[in-house]
Amino acid sequence: MKIRSAEDTRAIRAALAVGLPTAAYGISFGALATLGAGLDLWQTMVLSLVMFTGGSQFALVGVLASGGLSAWPSAVASAVLLGSRNAVYAIRMSPVIGRGFARRAVAAHLTIDESTAVSTAQGSLRSQRIGFWVTGLVVYVGWNLTTFIGAVIGDLLGDVSAYGLDAAAAAAFLGLLWPRLATLQAQAVAVAAGFVAALLTPALMPGLPVLVAALVAVIFGATNWLGSSRRSPRASSEGTS
Amino acid sequence: MTTWHVVLLASILCFGLKTLGYLVPASLLERPTPARMVDLLTVALLAALISLQTFAHGQELTLDARVPAVIVAAVMFALRVPFIVVVVSAAVVAAGIRALT
Repeated sequence: MKIRSAEDTRAIRAALAVGLPTAAYGISFGALATLGAGLDLWQTMVLSLVMFTGGSQFALVGVLASGGLSAWPSAVASAVLLGSRNAVYAIRMSPVIGRGFARRAVAAHLTIDESTAVSTAQGSLRSQRIGFWVTGLVVYVGWNLTTFIGAVIGDLLGDVSAYGLDAAAAAAFLGLLWPRLATLQAQAVAVAAGFVAALLTPALMPGLPVLVAALVAVIFGATNWLGSSRRSPRASSEGTS
Repeated sequence: MTTWHVVLLASILCFGLKTLGYLVPASLLERPTPARMVDLLTVALLAALISLQTFAHGQELTLDARVPAVIVAAVMFALRVPFIVVVVSAAVVAAGIRALT
């Protein structure tokens, strides 16, 4: 029988530290989806069970809440664009997950910010796998339970904004953004994208300002404006692993 | 389009994106320019969402209880306060200001 190493324990601790608080946040998604966007319980649960990527879920519900059902193209486009980073995470995780159709299919579903972040922070291949699966499963089970709770008791809560859940959503996005602001280039992109999105809000239909703001990243990325001439710290650290 | 169509379409597309990544050769995004664009795309999308979640009310821009709440959250993240504590604090600040005004 294999004894659990200190490295395994570290990976499990990191998985729980990231996974549990993220999962708890599903309560506000459940409440915002039902009260803000007017989705029913099952529509809300399908988003958490099948879409299962928090940023996209909030984007879809947020655009529907502000623009109504007629804003559906922007709602879907925002969710898809925001979910596109999961495709990149999947490319990153692919060698860690290994072979087997069923295993890769389940792994694809659990490929999100948190599982990728915890996995890539581990040292050995074994602890990277532990980090991925434990985080992914903790968030999946927890997020769906809390979505259900939020959707059900959301009816009892009344106006969501009275509880500051809209501010909580902004703070949660800020928490995901914060670790990515290490470079001057990233800071410039964040400020520019934030301004573009806000300034275009009165002029364009809901959802489109976010898509136009995404062009800021494409322009900075293609020209490497304000970027260092060396490869990024992330890219170089990947090169050594 | 009914709400169900929108929910299912967006869910299937988002799941498809995850699956797609496992089919792509890893060498593609190791080149500097695509790698940089992907990193910055996440930054731009999150920043745009923070901006709208803080200032937008429908298609209007407003300054309300969300602004001090997000400033408090930024200070707490800078002080390395845990994620969930910051999120709850931001909600409390916004809720508190709304209750008092």
